[in-house]
Amino acid sequence: MLRFFIKGLIRDRQRSLLPIIVVTLGVMLTVLGHTWITGILGDVIDFNARFSTGHVKVMTSEYFENIDQMPNDLALLESEAFIAELQEKYPDMTWVERISFGGLIDAPDEEGETRAQGPAAGMALDLLSPESQEAERLNLQNILIKGTLPTSPDEVILSDEFASRLEVEPDDQVTLITTTMYGAMSITNFTVCGTIKFGVGALDRGGIIADISGIRYALDMEDATGEILGYFPGGEYPDEKAITLTENFNNKYADEEDRFSPVMVPLRDQNSLTGMIDIIGYMSGIIISIFMIAMAIVLWNAGLLGGLRRYGEMGLRLAIGEHKGHIYRSLLSESVVIGIVGSVIGTLIGLLFASLMSKGIDFSDMMEGSTMMMPGVYRTQITLESYYIGFFPGVLATVFGTALAGIGIYKRQTANLFKELQA
Amino acid sequence: MDNNTIIQTDHLVKRFPIGGGHFTALEDIDLRIGKGEFTGLVGPSGSGKTTMLNIIGSLDDPSEGDAQVLGTSIKNIGARRASTLRKKHIGFIFQTYNLMPVYTVFENVEFPLLLLKMSDSERKKAVMDALEWVGLTSKVKSKPKQLSGGESQRVAIARAMVKKPELVLADEPTANLDAENSHNILRTMEKLNEELNTTFLFATHDDKVIRYLKRIIYLEDGKVVGDEQVKK
Repeated sequence: MLRFFIKGLIRDRQRSLLPIIVVTLGVMLTVLGHTWITGILGDVIDFNARFSTGHVKVMTSEYFENIDQMPNDLALLESEAFIAELQEKYPDMTWVERISFGGLIDAPDEEGETRAQGPAAGMALDLLSPESQEAERLNLQNILIKGTLPTSPDEVILSDEFASRLEVEPDDQVTLITTTMYGAMSITNFTVCGTIKFGVGALDRGGIIADISGIRYALDMEDATGEILGYFPGGEYPDEKAITLTENFNNKYADEEDRFSPVMVPLRDQNSLTGMIDIIGYMSGIIISIFMIAMAIVLWNAGLLGGLRRYGEMGLRLAIGEHKGHIYRSLLSESVVIGIVGSVIGTLIGLLFASLMSKGIDFSDMMEGSTMMMPGVYRTQITLESYYIGFFPGVLATVFGTALAGIGIYKRQTANLFKELQA
Repeated sequence: MDNNTIIQTDHLVKRFPIGGGHFTALEDIDLRIGKGEFTGLVGPSGSGKTTMLNIIGSLDDPSEGDAQVLGTSIKNIGARRASTLRKKHIGFIFQTYNLMPVYTVFENVEFPLLLLKMSDSERKKAVMDALEWVGLTSKVKSKPKQLSGGESQRVAIARAMVKKPELVLADEPTANLDAENSHNILRTMEKLNEELNTTFLFATHDDKVIRYLKRIIYLEDGKVVGDEQVKK
C-alpha cells in the first residue's frame, strides 16, 4: 500500500515537489546555521583556550580574584616543581606556564631618546625549549607578518599594528617599562624579531609576545609563573571533564585561608565564556525550533491546498471503504517519506555549503575595535550532529503540518460523498 | 430477511434538519431487492434517489426505521463497520468517474484490492479479469487523461467490479456520456449482472438507463410511488 502511495507521490509533483523544496530549504538552512554557530562559537572557545584560558587554568586564588590587573605579585612560586607535580598527577594533559604582563613599550630614536611610546599587553610563553608546542598552539608562524619568531630570551614579537604605530621594524630595539613581581620598576631592552597579526582587535592594538625566560628576567620572576594552563588531549574542550578535574583539584589544593593556595578554574568560568558554551547547546534547539515552526506552517498550508486538490480522491477512497484513520495514516506516511527525502537532500546541500565555508570568511577588519578575544575569521564546523540535526525539523515539520491539514478528513461527512463526487 | 434478499428496508425514514425544522427526504420506505437484480431508483431531482443510495451504501444512517444490506443493519452501524461493509461487499460507480489522475488504468482498478490486502499475483489476475470484462486490457498503462469519457467510465466499472462485490450502486452513471457510450456502458453492466450475478442498483432519471432496467422503483417526494418488473 505504501508503495502505491509513494508511486503517486513521485508522479504528482504538486503533491511532492513543493513540500520537498520547503523541507530541503529548511533543513539546508538548519544544517548551515548549526555548522556556522558550532564553528563560530567553537572557534571562540578554541581561540580563548589557546591564547588565554587553557582548558583549565591554575593560579593562586588571589591572582584569580584580581586577574584583570595581571597581578604578577600574586604569582605561583616554585612553579617548576609544581608543574612537574601536575604532569605526574595528570599525565594525559599538557601543562604550560604563561605570564601575562602589562607595561609601556618605548621606541628610541638614533640618539636613544624616546621617539614613540605605547601601552602594551604582553604574554610570555615557552618559545625556546625544543619540546615546547606553544608556538604551534598559538599558530605564531602562520600569523607572522615580518621577521622571525624569537630565538633568544631578549627578543620579542610585536603586533603588526602596534609596530606600525611605534614605527619599529624587525631588528629595532624597544624598551619594556614595567614593574617586577616585587613591585620594583623594571626597564629592559628587547630586540624586535618580528611582527604578527592576531586578527583580534584586543590583541592587535598593543600585543607583545616574548619567551618566558626573558620576561622572568625582566619581571624578576625566577621559578615563578602567573598562570599554568592545562590542555586535554585532542584539542577539543571537554566541558564535563574539565569541571570534574577542577573539582578534584580544588578539593585537594584549594585553601580558603591561604590566598596563595593554587586554584584551578575551567575554561567555562573564564573570560565570560559560560554563556558562550551554554549557547552552543541551546542554539541548536533554537534553530531547530524556528525552522520547524516556519516549515510546519508552510507545509500545513501546502497540505490544506493539497487536500483541496485531492478532495475527490479522498472522497472516493472513503466511499470505496477506506477508513478515515487509514487515509489519515497514509497521508502521514507520505509526509514521512517527503520529510526524509527533503531532509536527506537538505542535509547534503547544507553540508556541501558548510564544507565550502569551512575555510571561513574574514571579518577581522570589521572587528578592529573589539575588546573580546574572538577570532577574526568565522568558519563553519561540521560535526557528527550536523549529519542528523536537520532530520528533526525536516521530518517533524512535515508530519506536524500534514497532521494539522489532515484533520479535515475526520470532519468529512460520508453522507455527502455521492453529491460531492458528482462535482 | 430471506437468503435471496440482498437489501431490505423497513419503514425507512430520512430527515435532514433545515433551519428550525427538518426536511423529509425519505418517508416510510419498505423495499426488498433480491440477489442478482438489475434495479433502478427512478424519479426527478429531489425525489430521494441519492439519499436512498447513501443509506444502502452505508454512507449515511436512517432517521427512523432500518435498512438491512447483506444482512447488516445500517442503523447505528458505526464508521468502521460501515467502511468494512463497503470495502468488502459494495462497489460504487459515480457520474464523474473519479479516477485518480496520477495512477494508470491498472492501478486505479487495483486500488480497492490493496485495501483488501490481496497478494500481488491474485491482485494482478483480478485486475486483468476486470479490465477484460470492460474491454480495456489494451489500456492498462494509460493514464485517465488519455481516456475518453466512455473508457473512463468503463475503468470506473472495472474498479467497482474488481473485488466481485455482491452489490454495485451506480448514481447517474451515464449522465456525462453520449448515447453510444451510454449504451456500451449499460450493456457491459448488464453482461456483468448476468454473468456474475451481481446486484446493480441505479439512481437515475435517464431514459437510456431506464430502458435497460429489469425492475424500476419510482420515487417521488421521498415516497415509493411505483414498483414495476420489466419484462424483456
